[in-house]
Amino acid sequence: MELKELYQEIILDHGKNPRNLKKSDNFNKDAAGHNPLCGDKVHVFLKVDENNKISDIAFEGSGCAISMASASIMTDLMKEKKEVEVKELVDDFLEMIKKNPELKSKILAEDEKTKLMSLSGVKKYPMRVKCATMAWHTLTSAMKNSNTEKSD
Amino acid sequence: MNIDNIKKQFPIFDNKVQNNDLVYLDSANSSQKPKVVVDRIYDFYTKEFSNVGRSVHYLAVAATNLYENTRVMVQKYINASDPNEIVFTKGATEAINLVANTFGQKFLQEGDEILLTELEHHSNYVPWHYLRRSKGIKIKFAEFNSDGEVTLESIEKNITPKTKMIAITHLSNVTGAILPIKEITKLAHSKNIPILVDGCQGAPHLKLDMQDIDCDFYAISCHKMYGPTGLGVLYAKKKWLDALPPYQGGGGMIREVKKEGITFGDLPNKYEAGTMATAQVIAFGESIKFLNKIGIENIEAHESQLTQYGEEVLRKNNSVKLIGSPKNKGSVLSFTLDGIHAHDIATILDEDGVAIRAGHHCCQILHDKLGLSATARASLGVYNTKDDIDKLNESLNKCKKIFDR
Repeated sequence: MELKELYQEIILDHGKNPRNLKKSDNFNKDAAGHNPLCGDKVHVFLKVDENNKISDIAFEGSGCAISMASASIMTDLMKEKKEVEVKELVDDFLEMIKKNPELKSKILAEDEKTKLMSLSGVKKYPMRVKCATMAWHTLTSAMKNSNTEKSD
Repeated sequence: MNIDNIKKQFPIFDNKVQNNDLVYLDSANSSQKPKVVVDRIYDFYTKEFSNVGRSVHYLAVAATNLYENTRVMVQKYINASDPNEIVFTKGATEAINLVANTFGQKFLQEGDEILLTELEHHSNYVPWHYLRRSKGIKIKFAEFNSDGEVTLESIEKNITPKTKMIAITHLSNVTGAILPIKEITKLAHSKNIPILVDGCQGAPHLKLDMQDIDCDFYAISCHKMYGPTGLGVLYAKKKWLDALPPYQGGGGMIREVKKEGITFGDLPNKYEAGTMATAQVIAFGESIKFLNKIGIENIEAHESQLTQYGEEVLRKNNSVKLIGSPKNKGSVLSFTLDGIHAHDIATILDEDGVAIRAGHHCCQILHDKLGLSATARASLGVYNTKDDIDKLNESLNKCKKIFDR
């Protein structure tokens, strides 16, 4: 059943108990993301050190199980990653969630890949892809320290 | 009223959707279309098509007559006093933009106030927001109470000498509250304030009588009334359509065009610039006939009964929390489910062929006040049955099963 592929236990676990869901006290980069279609919000906080490495990462937000699990897993995996690695992982994830059957990057350990691949069920639900990708786009904005939200 | 026979008139239910019988609970978003409406579009394009109001050839004259016939049908359906009080637009959104734009241009100045409610759909807030920027007007929001209703008192206490327009929904697309628009209109007029009613949710479900309600403007969305998309109706009292400037300029709306200046055409052409959604207008005539054949009172009674049944069933389900409990309620059931986000609910329900809406339903002000980023909403139409409600409830229980693993 496809629903079980979408709502795997690991997704439900991260969705119900998201890791790193707090406002980081000590951040120097951040960005907010917003899905105007559904009202889901995510705010990513980063502490990037002098070597362009993420020494701390956290997020705040509210949303569906997919968006919370995605942000939770992403923040877990991005700790201690350098800027170039972050970019590679984000690109790899976005390609996987839209079309690629597997993750290509060699940066992650096998168990980490398995964890991330739990989100791959989203592919079959085009309307839900944005739920899975919002945190990742927001992370990219945070790395550039540009806030994606505009209000008029 | 035999719902099975009515449902048979909607071809969408003939086919399976992803191998399921369709349980369509998203009519507040857009209703399904009866075959007569779909066929009318096909017939018009294949046998009768011409542009309206311009050429003198046979087809043009016939098409113009069909188009104008629908205007008269709409006039009668909502009991307006004059067919020229019916303006076709591309949707209810454009109808409200038309009023905000032209009324703002002519009558509003810095510091003037527009009174809305916290229940409003974005389409009855954003057009007024433009005037906040361009003219420096203020926008006030009459509050809804714990039942999700906006009362006459809540409107009254927000009226000031600066209030220049009251713009309110007839029926909330989230809480289902039916506002006492006749009483609010009376109150507004006692203070010389015009009133616009956003009738998107009212028109498909309630009997309308413009002369009885006495509102100045009433916006209608045709695709929610078993009609085609791309079409709306603005009802406006003739005195306003005479007094307000045109909205858009173009062909069809002018009297005389010279290098030195332009004079504008008579009603209703003044507000219908360019080639209109001709096929949709003509097909909408079939929607009115469809509604008249069943009788809006019968539709109202059927939907009201079904809404009550829905409330009973969902109240018995301990995981479900209904949003709003207005005394006078339309056929909208918004809810949350313990620990499960509305979007996850909608995806799981979809797997069973149950189509609902999830999100803020274009009402972020309302959701912010309730502290919710999203709700799930099941909304009913003439084709729905108790069976649909039962299937909704079964699928909601499945959501719990999946999430409680």
